[in-house]
Amino acid sequence: MNPAIDWHAFAPDAILVATVVIILVADLLLPNRNAWQTSRIAAVGVLCALIPVFTLAVDGHNRSMFGGAYVVDNYALALKGFFLVVAYITILLSVDYISEGDYYQGEFYFLLVTSVLGMSIMASARDLVTLFVALETISIPTYILAGYRKHDRRSNEAGIKYYLIGVLSSAVMLYGMSLIFGLTGSTTLSGISQWIGTHGSNAPALLTVAIFLSLVGFAFKVSAVPFHFWAPDTYDGAPLPVTAFLSVASKAGGFVAMLNIVFFGFGNDGKAWWWVVALLAAFSMTLGNLAALRQTNLVRMLAYSSIAQGGFLLVPFAAYGIARDASVRTSAFQATIVYLLIYGAMNLGAFAVVIAVVRRTRTSDIESYAGLFATSPGLALTMTIFLASLAGIPPLAGWYAKFVMFRAIIEAGAHSNWAVGLAIVAAVNSVIAFFYYSGVIRQMWFREPVGDDQRRVAVPPALGAAIALTTVTVVAVGVYPELFARVGDLATRFVS
Amino acid sequence: MNWFDSWALTLVVFVPVVGMGIVLLLPREEEQAIKMTTLLATLVTFGFTIAVLCRYHYGANHPGLQFDVNKSWIDVINSRYHIGVNGISLPMLALSPFISLLCVVYSWNHFPDPHNPKAFLALLLLLETGMNGTFVAQDLILFFIFFELVLLPMFFMIGVWGGPNKEYASIKFFLFTMFGSALMLLSFLALYFKVDVTAVTHGAMHHTFDIPTLAKAHGQGLVHGTQLLIFGGLFIGFAIKVPMFPFHTWLPDAHTEAPTVGSVLLAAILLKLGTYGFILIALPILPEAARSWAPWIGLLAVIGIIYGALNCLAQKDMKRLIAFSSIAHMGFVMLGIATLTSFGINAAVFGMVAHGLITGMLFFVAGSVQHNFGTREMSRLGGLLLQAPKMGWILGFCVMASLGLPGLAGFWGEFPAILSAFQPAAPLSEAVFRTFMVVAAVGTVFAAGYLLYMLQRVAFGNVRDEFADAHIHDVNLTEWIAWTPMLVMILVLGIYPNLLFKVTDVAVHPMTVAIGHAINR
Repeated sequence: MNPAIDWHAFAPDAILVATVVIILVADLLLPNRNAWQTSRIAAVGVLCALIPVFTLAVDGHNRSMFGGAYVVDNYALALKGFFLVVAYITILLSVDYISEGDYYQGEFYFLLVTSVLGMSIMASARDLVTLFVALETISIPTYILAGYRKHDRRSNEAGIKYYLIGVLSSAVMLYGMSLIFGLTGSTTLSGISQWIGTHGSNAPALLTVAIFLSLVGFAFKVSAVPFHFWAPDTYDGAPLPVTAFLSVASKAGGFVAMLNIVFFGFGNDGKAWWWVVALLAAFSMTLGNLAALRQTNLVRMLAYSSIAQGGFLLVPFAAYGIARDASVRTSAFQATIVYLLIYGAMNLGAFAVVIAVVRRTRTSDIESYAGLFATSPGLALTMTIFLASLAGIPPLAGWYAKFVMFRAIIEAGAHSNWAVGLAIVAAVNSVIAFFYYSGVIRQMWFREPVGDDQRRVAVPPALGAAIALTTVTVVAVGVYPELFARVGDLATRFVS
Repeated sequence: MNWFDSWALTLVVFVPVVGMGIVLLLPREEEQAIKMTTLLATLVTFGFTIAVLCRYHYGANHPGLQFDVNKSWIDVINSRYHIGVNGISLPMLALSPFISLLCVVYSWNHFPDPHNPKAFLALLLLLETGMNGTFVAQDLILFFIFFELVLLPMFFMIGVWGGPNKEYASIKFFLFTMFGSALMLLSFLALYFKVDVTAVTHGAMHHTFDIPTLAKAHGQGLVHGTQLLIFGGLFIGFAIKVPMFPFHTWLPDAHTEAPTVGSVLLAAILLKLGTYGFILIALPILPEAARSWAPWIGLLAVIGIIYGALNCLAQKDMKRLIAFSSIAHMGFVMLGIATLTSFGINAAVFGMVAHGLITGMLFFVAGSVQHNFGTREMSRLGGLLLQAPKMGWILGFCVMASLGLPGLAGFWGEFPAILSAFQPAAPLSEAVFRTFMVVAAVGTVFAAGYLLYMLQRVAFGNVRDEFADAHIHDVNLTEWIAWTPMLVMILVLGIYPNLLFKVTDVAVHPMTVAIGHAINR
């Protein structure tokens, strides 16, 4: 049989593949001093890939290929759009950092766009094999990117640590997946879902083990406690734009994989696994926050904060597992997507400001932010907006992310009191979180500037654009959340 | 409905934030332009508020919401942009732009270190939007947003322009309030999912965040235990803001460290967000839980009255004394609310307005004393009446108003609240509330004690050697402009309290009747 290929549905991925190839060739042909041009190719390629995403969204048909292994629907398109925008902002963050730092530029953008290609495939993957291939396409380039500061031993450590943990988690996950295939006789998620639906109540205990193993694999990828220990070292050692990319795009990639496999695959029977996810969520929130409280380095603090944010993101998964009615599941699904979108905007924004400040201070100690409000009020203000948003303070976008998360878990409270317990853990954690975010705010606003260099921090145009873009998103979505809520709603239409 | 009626409240809420936008665009050096823009924004806001007050229908046959706007906002979660005012929120809405305007006038040449009027005034305008918005919101989520919106500006006001211990005070203020509002948000969500409004909306909706609709449902579909829990979440959220004993510890620190204008706004408006939340949300939506909680709220209220008063007697710092007196005064307001009677809640709303004016004034005077003498230590002060007689007399006037002298506004907040405890709403125990009444009455004696002590230390006696040669300004022009309206209002409300009571009673009376029906069902 020769499967019909729907080229329109493939267009975003195809454009990314073309971009990857063009970057490689251009890097070969361009003289070294013009190597920065590859960043433009990458940016244009990513933006071009957005065009078919729009046309497909306008078209509105659900397209399914390869026996349901690759699906393009509203949900996939929303996430593809998200990944492409995140990639574009990451490129904006990288341009000056990479060209000023004496790095190999062509290869950097080649690896970055390849990873984005994996994410774009991930959004459409509805089959264990496709899912795995997409996840590895996301991960392998980032192993190299994490160690990109070749002459810095911390960066080497970052790369090797991330690589070893990544490979280990892939192996665990793959083992779990193979067990699932052995039990259900199917690699497509719809097939697995069907099998669990019919055998759910008397499925062998092995199924629980299999699900558990694959969840552990994902827990490594999204750095959920207790599988998180690689994250702070890796984030700290990697070049900053890569850290931003890892903490947003790559983490989101892991979450999307988990969304697919949990919501389309295991969804029919939550008893077996909801408590695992609930525990992961509670531990990630609490330990991530407690560790973040003690950090003196902003990047490490943001690393722990992203572990805690990952915990909040896991809460709707638990809600999905606990609940059996469609309304809760829709809320949980929406909550995850909306949280991802908002988290992406605010975390990228925070890293953009960090990159801007580090260009001047050459350190990411929290104390180096003292008096930033006096020297660069604009940067201090935007950083405050991002941190307050991460803490979930209205009217910045973060409040809506937290809100939909709480909504999902409180709605699931009708089915289990544990859900209410988890909601209270999340509520207490959102208060703890403010304490360390406000630590940076205190430095910027309440302290006097230190050091001799008290000029305004100069922000290159690309970085400025990234900061402006994310600030506008965070404020606009915070005041009028319908902007993102609608996306989440559309993406969820078919789940019921 | 004409154009103005549908836009008035929106303008009152958002004109300040537009002003903030303009202020942010002006360069930092253009101080005069920044001040003028802020003044203009607060004046325009106040103008619209006056227009609302003029066009409001005061008759007893208009108990419901007026200037009602109900537009779609976040459809996905069923939350709407629903704003409106009734007899309870109108006085509070009038108070907030009024005090904000006077604060802008007062700060004209009173900017504490590190100066920077641009940031200070921008924050003040953002704060005003949050305060005005809270008093008009009729949707739980909208209420939550505005309720939280006031946190960051106040955090920065205390933290940047505050006293020596500002960092501790600002973070304490923030974490306390944020903890409360996190529980409050969970309670709001529980109300959304648990209260069945099918009957009230004739089947149009099952769940809603709409406050008037939820109030009509009286907690339908909730078992008593769940009601109690949800009320508990709301209680903690609002009680921290009030603040009630034992959630009050943030208040003395925040007040002591905050700059004058921050203290005034905190005392005059921000504390009222808590009591207003009780009256707007907690009581009408969960009447049965309110009945069960009422004796405990009453108990904490009278503990607050006595505890606040005793603490006042031990204070050395003027501002700290006034802060503890706030805890005592808010205790009277909460006692009135706890009776669940129309008499008590009318008294509570009156008490909120009166406390806002009087304590706001006391903080203004304390700020000017600090400005002149460089200290607020009462043991170092003395003879204000000799050095700055006008300021001394104003302090005396406010002290008299605060201790509840009949003829001034403070009396009508305190006395009816005590009286209302004589006969609480039907199933509440009279014996318990009459005990509260007696204790609260003892509290007024303490109040006279500590307030007169402060007056005596600061205003009476001879000029201290330390300040004998100091150059002390009496009340200057901006202070007169900022203070006169408040002093006049204290006097007017004291002589003719019906001005306020007849507005509030129109809304309070039907509300307490509905609560009475629900708890005697």
